[in-house]
Amino acid sequence: MANRSRLCSRRRFVAASLAGTAGVVLGGCDWLPAAPTFREFLAGAEGVTQRVHRALLWRGALAREYRAEDISSTFRANGSQDASSLPPEYSELARGGFADWRLVVGGLVMRPTSFPLADLRALPARTQITRHDCVEGWSCIGGWTGPQLSAVLDRVGLRPEARFIVFHCADELPRYRDGATRFYESIDLIDAFHPQTILAHEMNGAPLPFAHGAPLRVRVERQLGYKMAKFLTRIEVVDHLDHIGRGNGGTWEDDGYEWYAGI
Amino acid sequence: MADERRRWIYRYSAVLRGTHWVNVLCLAILVMSGLQIFNAHPALYWGEDSDVEQPILSIATSFTAEGRPIGVTRLFGMSFDTTGVLGRSRFNDRPVQRAFPAWSTIPSAQDLATGRVWHLFFAWIFTINGTLYLVYSIVTRHISSALLPRREQWKHIGSTVREHLLLTFRKGVDADYNIIQRVSYVVVILVLAPLMVLTGLTMSPAVDAAAPWLLDVFGGRQSARTLPLVTTWLLVLFVFVHVAMVLLSGVLNNIRSMITGWYSVAREAGHGQP
Repeated sequence: MANRSRLCSRRRFVAASLAGTAGVVLGGCDWLPAAPTFREFLAGAEGVTQRVHRALLWRGALAREYRAEDISSTFRANGSQDASSLPPEYSELARGGFADWRLVVGGLVMRPTSFPLADLRALPARTQITRHDCVEGWSCIGGWTGPQLSAVLDRVGLRPEARFIVFHCADELPRYRDGATRFYESIDLIDAFHPQTILAHEMNGAPLPFAHGAPLRVRVERQLGYKMAKFLTRIEVVDHLDHIGRGNGGTWEDDGYEWYAGI
Repeated sequence: MADERRRWIYRYSAVLRGTHWVNVLCLAILVMSGLQIFNAHPALYWGEDSDVEQPILSIATSFTAEGRPIGVTRLFGMSFDTTGVLGRSRFNDRPVQRAFPAWSTIPSAQDLATGRVWHLFFAWIFTINGTLYLVYSIVTRHISSALLPRREQWKHIGSTVREHLLLTFRKGVDADYNIIQRVSYVVVILVLAPLMVLTGLTMSPAVDAAAPWLLDVFGGRQSARTLPLVTTWLLVLFVFVHVAMVLLSGVLNNIRSMITGWYSVAREAGHGQP
């Protein structure tokens, strides 16, 4: 406890010299940010941000597209980067060049379908050189090629109650080694039908590298990198997100990050 | 209190006082949660993307020849040993690898998600509060009368600067801001604060899509992430000088005026130079 109080007084000192009277509020060690109800209250800003973005920013606005010479010489990758965090059957698929891999599209759709990679490659593709902004702060520019998500969704046909698109992925994060929880993310229909939302099977003109989610990842260019799920295996169309994972709409969201990652 | 030689001036309206203290709270939280966010990738670059080979600034833990861990800060290719504060510091009595130390961030532990929750909430409060202040100050002519430097003040700028360097300025003589105050307040309010909001907005891929001119103005997203290296620390410097001057130029009178609005000045306030 001695340590705790020293930490507290040091924080108080800094906060007070920075902020004068705000020191009392700020310097409350970490009890305030740790209090779940208070954090929830602050996190309410996410809803404001999303509503203001959707109201003020033109929904069809395209993220900036760059020239080939702007492509970053090295493109960082976070999350799973090799077979060690992927289940053995996925490594098996990779060894076979993903010939037996399927993208299963189901949920609230008219015609549940499973797409072999060749079928997705045969769809009209969009190529876009865009900037990838990680929540950590770094940016990399890369070129992505693949069919628009809207084209795939149009093929299966959404039922009227459809609200969200959930991306289920092959990778297991180390802390979820139980195998029950695999990486997942979700977006709403506004982003799902945005022209730049594509299912990329190529990066910089070559088949998608392993570190970037072979054989298929999603690009959601107006949100942060963690929304752009890699190693896709299944797309599920749903009307709410409560029943998936811990109910926050994605693996990162279950860890306390915002579902709307527009900033 | 009935001092014949002093009179009371109602110096700050409720709006000016309220927005001032809300701003104090916002700035402190935005800086400390901003350092938390910076810690998630403690390097700054110029341009659109992050060339990890060529950061302008980076903070990391490194090892000496004997294998001892030290905190190293690199700025424009120069390295500094910043052990204890930057790159390596103590948290809960254990040495930790982190850019800015626990006492300077919200929350203290490395926690990007919670840092963002604080930052994005208070970014809204800061923006709404600042907009309220600006609209009010323009409508009531607070900016044009109290903040924009007057022409004759420029003529005495030399003696005003000298008085401040020698700390021989007169206290409680009048409620008028001098030229140094006016210039620094205008720079902070009309340049640094808007830059803080705009560089923050440029971090948003959604805003960048709708307003790509932001990327052009700042020379790319990573440049916009780097600029606060200058603007934030100028703001922090301003706060330290500001607090020092509040303490030195009649602390009770100053703080009372920013809480109650009332400021006491000498009755025979001689405006002319002695």
